[in-house]
Amino acid sequence: MKVLVPVKRVIDFNVKVRVKADGSGVDLANVKMSMNPFDEIAVEEAIRLREKGKASEIIAVSVGPQQASETIRTALAMGADRGIHVKAEGEIEPLAVAKILKAICEAEQPGLVILGKQAIDDDSNQTGQMLAALLGWPQGTFAHRLELGDGKANVEREVDGGLQTVEVKLPAIITTDLRLNEPRYASLPNIMKAKKKPIDQKTPADYGVDVTPRLKVLKVSDPAKRTAGVKLKTAAELVGKLKEIGAI
Amino acid sequence: MASLVIAEHDNKSLKDATAKTVTAAAQVSAPVHVLVAGSDCGAVADAASKLAGVEKVLVADDPLYAKMVAEPMEALILSLAPNYDAILAPATTNGKNYLPRVAARLDVPQVSEVIKVASPDTFERPIYAGNAIATVQTPAGKKVITVRTTAFKAAESTGDASIEKVAAAADPGASHFVGEELSRSERPELASAKIVISGGRGLGSAENFHILEKIADQLHAALGASRAAVDAGYVPNDYQVGQTGKVVAPELYIAVGISGAIQHLAGMKDSKTIVAINKDEDAPIFQIADYGLVADLFQAIPEIEAELTRLGY
Repeated sequence: MKVLVPVKRVIDFNVKVRVKADGSGVDLANVKMSMNPFDEIAVEEAIRLREKGKASEIIAVSVGPQQASETIRTALAMGADRGIHVKAEGEIEPLAVAKILKAICEAEQPGLVILGKQAIDDDSNQTGQMLAALLGWPQGTFAHRLELGDGKANVEREVDGGLQTVEVKLPAIITTDLRLNEPRYASLPNIMKAKKKPIDQKTPADYGVDVTPRLKVLKVSDPAKRTAGVKLKTAAELVGKLKEIGAI
Repeated sequence: MASLVIAEHDNKSLKDATAKTVTAAAQVSAPVHVLVAGSDCGAVADAASKLAGVEKVLVADDPLYAKMVAEPMEALILSLAPNYDAILAPATTNGKNYLPRVAARLDVPQVSEVIKVASPDTFERPIYAGNAIATVQTPAGKKVITVRTTAFKAAESTGDASIEKVAAAADPGASHFVGEELSRSERPELASAKIVISGGRGLGSAENFHILEKIADQLHAALGASRAAVDAGYVPNDYQVGQTGKVVAPELYIAVGISGAIQHLAGMKDSKTIVAINKDEDAPIFQIADYGLVADLFQAIPEIEAELTRLGY
Protein backbone atom coordinates (compact mmCIF):
# COMPACT_ATOMS: atom_id res chain seq x y z
CA MET A 1 0.00 0.00 0.00
CA LYS A 2 1.25 3.43 -0.96
CA VAL A 3 1.02 6.25 1.56
CA LEU A 4 0.87 9.84 0.41
CA VAL A 5 2.11 12.51 2.82
CA PRO A 6 1.54 16.16 1.92
CA VAL A 7 3.99 18.54 3.63
CA LYS A 8 3.97 22.33 3.88
CA ARG A 9 6.81 24.81 4.26
CA VAL A 10 5.93 27.32 7.00
CA ILE A 11 7.63 29.81 9.30
CA ASP A 12 9.50 27.81 11.94
CA PHE A 13 7.36 27.40 15.06
CA ASN A 14 10.05 29.06 17.21
CA VAL A 15 10.06 32.29 15.20
CA LYS A 16 8.07 35.24 16.51
CA VAL A 17 6.07 36.45 13.54
CA ARG A 18 6.01 40.12 12.62
CA VAL A 19 3.12 41.77 10.86
CA LYS A 20 4.27 44.02 7.99
CA ALA A 21 3.78 47.72 8.62
CA ASP A 22 1.63 48.11 5.49
CA GLY A 23 -0.78 45.44 6.74
CA SER A 24 -0.26 43.30 3.64
CA GLY A 25 0.78 40.21 5.53
CA VAL A 26 3.45 38.70 7.72
CA ASP A 27 7.13 39.36 7.09
CA LEU A 28 8.66 36.24 5.53
CA ALA A 29 11.98 37.81 4.46
CA ASN A 30 15.05 36.24 6.11
CA VAL A 31 12.91 34.19 8.46
CA LYS A 32 13.72 30.57 9.26
CA MET A 33 11.31 28.23 7.49
CA SER A 34 10.65 24.59 8.39
CA MET A 35 8.27 21.75 7.75
CA ASN A 36 4.90 22.29 9.44
CA PRO A 37 5.23 20.39 12.77
CA PHE A 38 1.98 18.43 12.29
CA ASP A 39 3.30 17.30 8.87
CA GLU A 40 6.48 15.96 10.49
CA ILE A 41 4.22 13.80 12.62
CA ALA A 42 2.47 12.65 9.44
CA VAL A 43 5.78 11.69 7.80
CA GLU A 44 6.85 9.83 10.95
CA GLU A 45 3.58 7.89 11.08
CA ALA A 46 3.97 6.84 7.45
CA ILE A 47 7.53 5.66 8.08
CA ARG A 48 6.39 3.62 11.09
CA LEU A 49 3.73 1.96 8.92
CA ARG A 50 6.41 1.00 6.41
CA GLU A 51 8.65 -0.30 9.19
CA LYS A 52 5.75 -2.50 10.35
CA GLY A 53 5.37 -3.80 6.80
CA LYS A 54 2.01 -2.09 6.30
CA ALA A 55 3.16 0.49 3.76
CA SER A 56 5.20 -0.21 0.66
CA GLU A 57 6.07 3.26 -0.54
CA ILE A 58 5.87 6.76 0.93
CA ILE A 59 5.40 9.71 -1.39
CA ALA A 60 5.95 13.22 0.00
CA VAL A 61 4.07 15.98 -1.80
CA SER A 62 4.40 19.72 -1.40
CA VAL A 63 2.52 22.52 -3.12
CA GLY A 64 4.57 25.69 -2.86
CA PRO A 65 7.45 27.82 -4.12
CA GLN A 66 10.86 26.61 -5.31
CA GLN A 67 12.09 26.26 -1.71
CA ALA A 68 9.28 23.81 -0.89
CA SER A 69 11.55 21.22 -2.51
CA GLU A 70 13.75 21.57 0.61
CA THR A 71 10.75 20.57 2.72
CA ILE A 72 10.29 17.52 0.51
CA ARG A 73 14.01 16.72 0.96
CA THR A 74 13.47 16.83 4.72
CA ALA A 75 10.69 14.25 4.38
CA LEU A 76 12.94 12.14 2.13
CA ALA A 77 15.75 12.36 4.69
CA MET A 78 13.36 11.18 7.40
CA GLY A 79 12.54 8.17 5.23
CA ALA A 80 10.01 8.97 2.51
CA ASP A 81 10.84 7.26 -0.81
CA ARG A 82 10.15 9.90 -3.41
CA GLY A 83 8.68 13.34 -3.81
CA ILE A 84 6.28 15.35 -5.94
CA HIS A 85 6.76 19.11 -5.96
CA VAL A 86 3.86 21.11 -7.36
CA LYS A 87 5.40 24.49 -7.89
CA ALA A 88 3.12 27.42 -7.08
CA GLU A 89 3.83 30.91 -5.77
CA GLY A 90 1.90 32.94 -3.21
CA GLU A 91 -0.93 31.94 -0.92
CA ILE A 92 -2.48 28.63 -2.02
CA GLU A 93 -5.79 28.05 -0.27
CA PRO A 94 -6.68 24.68 1.30
CA LEU A 95 -9.37 23.97 -1.33
CA ALA A 96 -6.85 24.43 -4.17
CA VAL A 97 -4.32 22.20 -2.41
CA ALA A 98 -7.05 19.59 -1.86
CA LYS A 99 -7.91 19.64 -5.59
CA ILE A 100 -4.27 19.11 -6.56
CA LEU A 101 -3.94 16.29 -4.02
CA LYS A 102 -7.11 14.70 -5.35
CA ALA A 103 -5.59 14.54 -8.84
CA ILE A 104 -2.38 13.07 -7.40
CA CYS A 105 -4.40 10.45 -5.48
CA GLU A 106 -6.20 9.46 -8.65
CA ALA A 107 -2.85 8.95 -10.38
CA GLU A 108 -0.99 7.28 -7.50
CA GLN A 109 -3.85 5.31 -5.88
CA PRO A 110 -2.56 5.45 -2.28
CA GLY A 111 -4.30 3.44 0.44
CA LEU A 112 -3.82 6.24 2.95
CA VAL A 113 -3.11 9.94 2.86
CA ILE A 114 -1.69 11.25 6.13
CA LEU A 115 -1.69 15.03 6.63
CA GLY A 116 -1.03 17.40 9.49
CA LYS A 117 -4.32 18.54 11.06
CA GLN A 118 -3.46 22.15 10.35
CA ALA A 119 -0.61 24.34 9.15
CA ILE A 120 0.72 26.68 11.79
CA ASP A 121 0.71 29.66 9.43
CA ASP A 122 -2.91 30.02 8.28
CA ASP A 123 -4.34 27.71 11.01
CA SER A 124 -7.13 26.67 8.64
CA ASN A 125 -7.51 23.01 9.58
CA GLN A 126 -9.26 22.19 6.29
CA THR A 127 -7.08 20.47 3.68
CA GLY A 128 -7.42 16.87 4.87
CA GLN A 129 -11.17 17.07 5.32
CA MET A 130 -11.61 18.78 1.94
CA LEU A 131 -9.49 16.16 0.19
CA ALA A 132 -11.54 13.41 1.84
CA ALA A 133 -14.79 15.00 0.65
CA LEU A 134 -13.54 15.57 -2.92
CA LEU A 135 -12.43 11.92 -3.15
CA GLY A 136 -15.53 10.65 -1.34
CA TRP A 137 -13.24 8.94 1.20
CA PRO A 138 -13.76 8.69 4.96
CA GLN A 139 -11.52 10.55 7.37
CA GLY A 140 -9.97 10.12 10.78
CA THR A 141 -8.96 13.61 11.84
CA PHE A 142 -6.90 14.77 14.85
CA ALA A 143 -5.46 11.26 15.17
CA HIS A 144 -3.99 10.25 18.50
CA ARG A 145 -3.50 6.61 17.53
CA LEU A 146 -3.78 4.78 14.23
CA GLU A 147 -4.29 1.05 13.87
CA LEU A 148 -4.49 -0.54 10.46
CA GLY A 149 -6.64 -3.60 9.94
CA ASP A 150 -7.72 -5.51 6.85
CA GLY A 151 -9.12 -2.93 4.45
CA LYS A 152 -9.92 -0.60 7.34
CA ALA A 153 -8.34 1.52 10.03
CA ASN A 154 -9.25 2.36 13.60
CA VAL A 155 -8.45 5.95 14.43
CA GLU A 156 -8.43 7.21 18.00
CA ARG A 157 -9.12 10.93 17.77
CA GLU A 158 -8.52 13.84 20.12
CA VAL A 159 -11.91 15.50 20.62
CA ASP A 160 -13.30 18.08 23.04
CA GLY A 161 -13.61 16.27 26.34
CA GLY A 162 -11.45 13.26 25.58
CA LEU A 163 -10.84 10.63 22.92
CA GLN A 164 -13.13 9.13 20.29
CA THR A 165 -12.47 6.10 18.11
CA VAL A 166 -13.87 5.74 14.60
CA GLU A 167 -13.45 2.96 12.09
CA VAL A 168 -12.86 4.01 8.50
CA LYS A 169 -12.73 1.92 5.34
CA LEU A 170 -9.58 2.23 3.26
CA PRO A 171 -8.61 4.21 1.30
CA ALA A 172 -8.92 6.95 3.88
CA ILE A 173 -7.58 10.30 4.98
CA ILE A 174 -5.82 10.67 8.34
CA THR A 175 -4.89 14.00 9.92
CA THR A 176 -2.41 14.05 12.77
CA ASP A 177 -2.62 15.56 16.21
CA LEU A 178 0.38 16.26 18.42
CA ARG A 179 0.43 13.08 20.42
CA LEU A 180 0.31 10.58 17.56
CA ASN A 181 4.08 10.11 17.71
CA GLU A 182 7.36 11.91 18.19
CA PRO A 183 9.03 12.50 14.83
CA ARG A 184 12.60 11.29 14.36
CA TYR A 185 15.54 13.43 13.33
CA ALA A 186 17.08 12.64 10.00
CA SER A 187 20.52 11.04 10.36
CA LEU A 188 23.44 12.37 8.35
CA PRO A 189 23.69 9.25 6.13
CA ASN A 190 19.96 9.52 5.44
CA ILE A 191 20.28 13.22 4.59
CA MET A 192 22.98 12.26 2.05
CA LYS A 193 20.84 9.44 0.67
CA ALA A 194 17.84 11.76 0.37
CA LYS A 195 19.73 13.90 -2.14
CA LYS A 196 19.57 11.03 -4.63
CA LYS A 197 15.87 10.30 -4.17
CA PRO A 198 13.69 11.50 -7.07
CA ILE A 199 11.37 14.52 -6.88
CA ASP A 200 8.90 14.96 -9.74
CA GLN A 201 8.44 18.59 -10.77
CA LYS A 202 4.86 19.56 -11.54
CA THR A 203 2.64 22.62 -11.78
CA PRO A 204 -1.02 23.11 -10.79
CA ALA A 205 -1.81 23.34 -14.52
CA ASP A 206 -0.56 19.73 -14.94
CA TYR A 207 -3.51 18.76 -12.75
CA GLY A 208 -5.91 21.27 -14.28
CA VAL A 209 -6.29 23.19 -11.02
CA ASP A 210 -6.69 26.96 -10.80
CA VAL A 211 -4.93 28.09 -7.61
CA THR A 212 -6.04 31.73 -7.71
CA PRO A 213 -7.11 32.60 -4.14
CA ARG A 214 -10.88 32.90 -3.67
CA LEU A 215 -10.72 34.72 -0.36
CA LYS A 216 -9.47 38.27 -0.54
CA VAL A 217 -7.16 39.20 2.32
CA LEU A 218 -8.01 42.86 2.98
CA LYS A 219 -5.42 43.30 5.69
CA VAL A 220 -3.31 41.58 8.30
CA SER A 221 -2.90 43.35 11.62
CA ASP A 222 -1.45 42.86 15.07
CA PRO A 223 -3.80 41.40 17.66
CA ALA A 224 -5.07 43.66 20.44
CA LYS A 225 -2.25 44.06 22.94
CA ARG A 226 -2.62 43.35 26.63
CA THR A 227 -0.45 45.28 28.99
CA ALA A 228 1.09 44.18 32.24
CA GLY A 229 -1.03 45.06 35.25
CA VAL A 230 0.01 45.29 38.86
CA LYS A 231 2.09 42.96 40.98
CA LEU A 232 0.60 42.16 44.35
CA LYS A 233 2.52 41.23 47.46
CA THR A 234 0.47 38.56 49.19
CA ALA A 235 -2.09 35.88 48.46
CA ALA A 236 -4.59 37.69 50.71
CA GLU A 237 -4.12 40.90 48.76
CA LEU A 238 -4.76 38.99 45.52
CA VAL A 239 -7.98 37.43 46.81
CA GLY A 240 -9.11 40.84 48.12
CA LYS A 241 -8.48 42.46 44.74
CA LEU A 242 -10.38 39.76 42.83
CA LYS A 243 -13.31 40.16 45.21
CA GLU A 244 -13.17 43.94 44.85
CA ILE A 245 -13.45 43.80 41.02
CA GLY A 246 -16.17 41.16 41.23
CA ALA A 247 -14.12 38.47 39.49
CA ILE A 248 -14.87 35.95 42.24
CA MET B 1 -32.05 33.81 2.18
CA ALA B 2 -31.01 32.55 5.57
CA SER B 3 -28.16 31.07 7.53
CA LEU B 4 -27.95 27.58 8.94
CA VAL B 5 -26.18 26.94 12.25
CA ILE B 6 -25.16 23.37 13.02
CA ALA B 7 -25.86 22.74 16.72
CA GLU B 8 -23.21 21.41 19.10
CA HIS B 9 -24.71 19.07 21.68
CA ASP B 10 -24.40 15.67 23.34
CA ASN B 11 -27.96 14.51 22.49
CA LYS B 12 -29.10 15.62 25.96
CA SER B 13 -28.13 19.25 26.27
CA LEU B 14 -27.41 22.05 23.86
CA LYS B 15 -23.89 23.44 24.21
CA ASP B 16 -23.28 27.11 24.79
CA ALA B 17 -21.15 27.08 21.62
CA THR B 18 -24.38 26.88 19.60
CA ALA B 19 -25.87 30.02 21.19
CA LYS B 20 -22.66 31.90 20.40
CA THR B 21 -22.61 30.69 16.81
CA VAL B 22 -26.21 31.88 16.44
CA THR B 23 -25.04 35.39 17.40
CA ALA B 24 -22.38 35.29 14.66
CA ALA B 25 -24.85 33.85 12.14
CA ALA B 26 -27.38 36.64 12.74
CA GLN B 27 -24.68 39.11 11.67
CA VAL B 28 -23.98 37.20 8.45
CA SER B 29 -27.46 36.39 7.14
CA ALA B 30 -30.82 36.50 8.91
CA PRO B 31 -33.09 34.69 9.61
CA VAL B 32 -31.15 31.97 11.41
CA HIS B 33 -32.14 28.32 11.31
CA VAL B 34 -30.50 25.72 13.55
CA LEU B 35 -29.89 22.13 12.54
CA VAL B 36 -29.91 19.66 15.43
CA ALA B 37 -28.46 16.41 14.12
CA GLY B 38 -28.43 13.73 16.76
CA SER B 39 -30.15 10.72 18.23
CA ASP B 40 -32.99 11.06 20.75
CA CYS B 41 -32.18 14.72 20.79
CA GLY B 42 -35.63 16.25 21.39
CA ALA B 43 -34.50 18.16 24.47
CA VAL B 44 -31.69 19.71 22.44
CA ALA B 45 -34.14 20.85 19.76
CA ASP B 46 -36.38 22.39 22.45
CA ALA B 47 -33.43 24.30 23.88
CA ALA B 48 -32.37 25.48 20.41
CA SER B 49 -35.91 26.72 19.70
CA LYS B 50 -35.63 29.12 22.63
CA LEU B 51 -32.52 30.89 21.33
CA ALA B 52 -33.24 34.52 20.47
CA GLY B 53 -32.94 35.22 16.75
CA VAL B 54 -33.65 31.65 15.67
CA GLU B 55 -36.63 31.36 13.30
CA LYS B 56 -36.70 27.61 12.83
CA VAL B 57 -35.08 24.49 14.24
CA LEU B 58 -34.53 21.53 11.96
CA VAL B 59 -34.19 18.17 13.68
CA ALA B 60 -32.58 15.14 12.08
CA ASP B 61 -33.14 12.53 14.76
CA ASP B 62 -31.40 9.35 13.71
CA PRO B 63 -28.81 7.00 15.29
CA LEU B 64 -26.59 7.88 12.32
CA TYR B 65 -25.95 11.30 13.86
CA ALA B 66 -25.52 10.27 17.50
CA LYS B 67 -21.79 11.00 17.45
CA MET B 68 -21.68 13.50 14.59
CA VAL B 69 -19.41 11.32 12.47
CA ALA B 70 -18.12 13.50 9.64
CA GLU B 71 -19.28 11.60 6.56
CA PRO B 72 -22.99 11.31 7.42
CA MET B 73 -22.94 14.91 8.73
CA GLU B 74 -21.57 16.06 5.37
CA ALA B 75 -24.36 14.27 3.49
CA LEU B 76 -27.07 15.71 5.78
CA ILE B 77 -25.82 19.30 5.63
CA LEU B 78 -25.41 19.11 1.84
CA SER B 79 -29.02 17.96 1.53
CA LEU B 80 -30.13 21.19 3.26
CA ALA B 81 -27.51 23.54 1.78
CA PRO B 82 -29.53 24.76 -1.25
CA ASN B 83 -31.85 26.70 1.09
CA TYR B 84 -29.11 28.75 2.72
CA ASP B 85 -26.56 31.35 1.75
CA ALA B 86 -24.44 30.81 4.84
CA ILE B 87 -23.63 27.67 6.84
CA LEU B 88 -21.95 28.08 10.21
CA ALA B 89 -20.68 25.71 12.87
CA PRO B 90 -18.83 26.34 16.11
CA ALA B 91 -15.08 25.65 15.80
CA THR B 92 -15.33 22.65 18.13
CA THR B 93 -13.60 19.40 17.22
CA ASN B 94 -16.93 18.34 15.67
CA GLY B 95 -17.38 21.49 13.59
CA LYS B 96 -13.76 21.41 12.43
CA ASN B 97 -14.23 17.78 11.45
CA TYR B 98 -17.35 17.91 9.26
CA LEU B 99 -17.63 21.47 7.95
CA PRO B 100 -14.60 21.59 5.57
CA ARG B 101 -16.12 18.56 3.82
CA VAL B 102 -19.25 20.59 3.17
CA ALA B 103 -17.24 23.57 1.85
CA ALA B 104 -15.25 21.34 -0.50
CA ARG B 105 -18.39 19.74 -1.94
CA LEU B 106 -19.96 23.18 -2.43
CA ASP B 107 -16.68 24.29 -4.06
CA VAL B 108 -16.32 27.32 -1.79
CA PRO B 109 -13.50 28.31 0.55
CA GLN B 110 -14.16 27.91 4.28
CA VAL B 111 -13.40 30.75 6.65
CA SER B 112 -12.10 29.11 9.83
CA GLU B 113 -12.34 30.33 13.44
CA VAL B 114 -13.99 33.68 12.76
CA ILE B 115 -13.63 36.10 15.69
CA LYS B 116 -15.52 39.05 14.21
CA VAL B 117 -18.12 39.62 11.52
CA ALA B 118 -17.06 43.01 10.10
CA SER B 119 -19.78 42.88 7.44
CA PRO B 120 -21.84 40.03 5.97
CA ASP B 121 -18.96 39.08 3.64
CA THR B 122 -15.95 40.28 5.64
CA PHE B 123 -14.49 38.45 8.61
CA GLU B 124 -11.61 38.63 11.04
CA ARG B 125 -9.77 35.47 11.94
CA PRO B 126 -6.57 34.72 13.86
CA ILE B 127 -3.56 33.33 11.99
CA TYR B 128 -0.11 32.29 13.26
CA ALA B 129 -1.54 31.08 16.57
CA GLY B 130 -3.26 34.40 17.16
CA ASN B 131 -0.10 36.44 16.63
CA ALA B 132 -1.76 38.16 13.68
CA ILE B 133 -5.34 38.85 12.68
CA ALA B 134 -6.39 38.54 9.04
CA THR B 135 -9.39 40.38 7.63
CA VAL B 136 -10.77 38.36 4.72
CA GLN B 137 -13.56 38.92 2.24
CA THR B 138 -15.49 35.98 0.82
CA PRO B 139 -16.44 35.78 -2.87
CA ALA B 140 -20.05 35.76 -4.05
CA GLY B 141 -21.77 32.46 -3.35
CA LYS B 142 -22.39 30.40 -0.27
CA LYS B 143 -20.39 31.13 2.84
CA VAL B 144 -19.08 28.32 5.00
CA ILE B 145 -17.76 29.47 8.35
CA THR B 146 -16.53 28.06 11.64
CA VAL B 147 -16.86 30.38 14.61
CA ARG B 148 -14.45 30.79 17.51
CA THR B 149 -17.16 30.87 20.10
CA THR B 150 -15.17 32.66 22.81
CA ALA B 151 -15.34 35.76 20.61
CA PHE B 152 -19.17 36.00 20.56
CA LYS B 153 -21.83 36.49 23.22
CA ALA B 154 -24.38 33.73 23.56
CA ALA B 155 -27.84 34.41 22.14
CA GLU B 156 -30.30 34.59 25.01
CA SER B 157 -32.98 32.00 25.62
CA THR B 158 -35.92 34.31 24.98
CA GLY B 159 -37.03 33.01 21.58
CA ASP B 160 -39.78 30.70 20.44
CA ALA B 161 -38.87 29.09 17.13
CA SER B 162 -40.80 26.39 15.33
CA ILE B 163 -39.37 22.87 15.24
CA GLU B 164 -39.47 20.86 12.04
CA LYS B 165 -38.30 17.31 11.41
CA VAL B 166 -35.98 16.68 8.47
CA ALA B 167 -35.16 13.34 6.91
CA ALA B 168 -31.81 11.69 7.48
CA ALA B 169 -29.57 11.58 4.41
CA ALA B 170 -28.30 8.26 3.05
CA ASP B 171 -25.38 6.83 5.06
CA PRO B 172 -22.19 7.04 2.98
CA GLY B 173 -21.26 3.86 4.86
CA ALA B 174 -17.50 4.35 4.88
CA SER B 175 -17.06 5.08 8.58
CA HIS B 176 -18.62 4.49 11.95
CA PHE B 177 -18.24 5.36 15.60
CA VAL B 178 -16.51 2.69 17.69
CA GLY B 179 -16.16 4.16 21.17
CA GLU B 180 -15.07 7.06 23.29
CA GLU B 181 -13.27 7.85 26.50
CA LEU B 182 -14.47 11.15 27.86
CA SER B 183 -13.04 12.72 30.97
CA ARG B 184 -15.63 12.75 33.72
CA SER B 185 -15.57 15.69 36.03
CA GLU B 186 -17.93 17.42 38.40
CA ARG B 187 -16.31 20.70 37.47
CA PRO B 188 -17.52 23.00 34.69
CA GLU B 189 -16.30 22.41 31.15
CA LEU B 190 -13.07 24.12 30.30
CA ALA B 191 -14.42 25.80 27.18
CA SER B 192 -17.43 27.41 28.88
CA ALA B 193 -16.35 27.93 32.52
CA LYS B 194 -16.48 31.45 33.96
CA ILE B 195 -13.29 30.84 35.94
CA VAL B 196 -10.37 28.70 34.79
CA ILE B 197 -7.36 27.72 36.89
CA SER B 198 -4.47 26.30 34.88
CA GLY B 199 -1.29 24.70 36.08
CA GLY B 200 2.04 24.50 34.31
CA ARG B 201 5.36 22.80 34.61
CA GLY B 202 5.90 24.70 37.87
CA LEU B 203 3.60 22.21 39.59
CA GLY B 204 6.36 19.63 39.18
CA SER B 205 4.31 16.41 39.19
CA ALA B 206 0.92 14.84 38.67
CA GLU B 207 0.48 14.55 42.46
CA ASN B 208 1.22 18.22 43.00
CA PHE B 209 -1.42 19.14 40.44
CA HIS B 210 -4.05 18.17 43.00
CA ILE B 211 -3.30 21.26 45.09
CA LEU B 212 -5.25 23.29 42.51
CA GLU B 213 -8.41 21.22 42.99
CA LYS B 214 -9.53 22.73 46.28
CA ILE B 215 -9.43 26.29 44.97
CA ALA B 216 -11.11 25.14 41.76
CA ASP B 217 -13.93 23.70 43.87
CA GLN B 218 -14.18 26.84 46.02
CA LEU B 219 -14.48 29.05 42.93
CA HIS B 220 -16.49 26.58 40.77
CA ALA B 221 -13.67 26.81 38.28
CA ALA B 222 -12.57 24.48 35.51
CA LEU B 223 -9.05 23.08 35.63
CA GLY B 224 -6.69 23.57 32.71
CA ALA B 225 -3.02 23.09 31.99
CA SER B 226 -0.21 24.30 29.78
CA ARG B 227 1.16 22.09 27.05
CA ALA B 228 4.34 21.66 29.11
CA ALA B 229 2.30 20.17 31.96
CA VAL B 230 0.41 17.89 29.57
CA ASP B 231 3.58 16.76 27.81
CA ALA B 232 5.16 16.05 31.21
CA GLY B 233 2.21 13.74 31.92
CA TYR B 234 0.75 15.67 34.88
CA VAL B 235 -2.75 15.73 33.38
CA PRO B 236 -4.53 14.35 30.28
CA ASN B 237 -4.45 16.21 26.99
CA ASP B 238 -8.02 17.49 27.20
CA TYR B 239 -6.85 19.84 29.98
CA GLN B 240 -4.61 21.65 27.54
CA VAL B 241 -5.16 25.37 27.01
CA GLY B 242 -3.30 26.84 24.07
CA GLN B 243 -3.00 27.01 20.34
CA THR B 244 -2.82 23.24 20.06
CA GLY B 245 -5.34 22.66 22.82
CA LYS B 246 -8.44 24.59 23.77
CA VAL B 247 -8.94 28.30 23.34
CA VAL B 248 -10.67 29.77 26.37
CA ALA B 249 -11.80 33.27 27.31
CA PRO B 250 -13.29 33.09 30.80
CA GLU B 251 -14.09 36.03 33.10
CA LEU B 252 -11.10 35.05 35.23
CA TYR B 253 -8.05 33.03 34.24
CA ILE B 254 -5.56 32.04 36.93
CA ALA B 255 -2.23 30.77 35.60
CA VAL B 256 -0.25 28.89 38.23
CA GLY B 257 3.37 27.94 37.58
CA ILE B 258 2.99 28.77 33.89
CA SER B 259 5.79 30.77 32.28
CA GLY B 260 3.67 31.97 29.37
CA ALA B 261 4.92 30.40 26.13
CA ILE B 262 3.36 31.98 23.00
CA GLN B 263 1.55 28.70 22.39
CA HIS B 264 -0.19 28.97 25.77
CA LEU B 265 -0.95 32.69 25.55
CA ALA B 266 -2.69 32.08 22.23
CA GLY B 267 -5.22 29.97 24.10
CA MET B 268 -6.11 32.33 26.94
CA LYS B 269 -5.11 35.92 26.23
CA ASP B 270 -8.68 36.99 25.51
CA SER B 271 -9.73 36.20 29.07
CA LYS B 272 -11.28 39.19 30.84
CA THR B 273 -9.02 39.18 33.90
CA ILE B 274 -5.74 37.28 34.01
CA VAL B 275 -3.91 36.37 37.22
CA ALA B 276 -0.40 34.91 37.16
CA ILE B 277 1.30 33.18 40.06
CA ASN B 278 4.92 32.35 39.36
CA LYS B 279 8.14 32.49 41.33
CA ASP B 280 10.10 33.84 38.35
CA GLU B 281 9.33 37.55 38.21
CA ASP B 282 10.63 37.71 34.62
CA ALA B 283 8.19 35.06 33.37
CA PRO B 284 6.48 36.34 30.18
CA ILE B 285 3.06 35.57 31.65
CA PHE B 286 3.40 38.67 33.86
CA GLN B 287 3.51 40.88 30.74
CA ILE B 288 -0.13 40.10 30.00
CA ALA B 289 -1.44 39.48 33.52
CA ASP B 290 -3.72 42.04 35.17
CA TYR B 291 -2.63 40.81 38.58
CA GLY B 292 0.67 39.12 39.30
CA LEU B 293 1.88 37.36 42.39
CA VAL B 294 5.60 36.61 42.44
CA ALA B 295 5.64 33.73 44.86
CA ASP B 296 6.35 30.06 45.33
CA LEU B 297 3.08 28.47 44.31
CA PHE B 298 3.38 25.81 46.99
CA GLN B 299 3.09 28.59 49.56
CA ALA B 300 0.72 30.87 47.66
CA ILE B 301 -1.91 28.27 46.77
CA PRO B 302 -2.56 27.10 50.35
CA GLU B 303 -2.66 30.76 51.42
CA ILE B 304 -5.24 31.60 48.75
CA GLU B 305 -7.22 28.54 49.72
CA ALA B 306 -7.19 29.60 53.40
CA GLU B 307 -8.19 33.18 52.51
CA LEU B 308 -11.08 31.94 50.36
CA THR B 309 -12.20 29.66 53.20
CA ARG B 310 -12.02 32.58 55.64
CA LEU B 311 -14.22 34.62 53.29
CA GLY B 312 -16.76 31.83 53.12
CA TYR B 313 -16.06 30.35 49.67
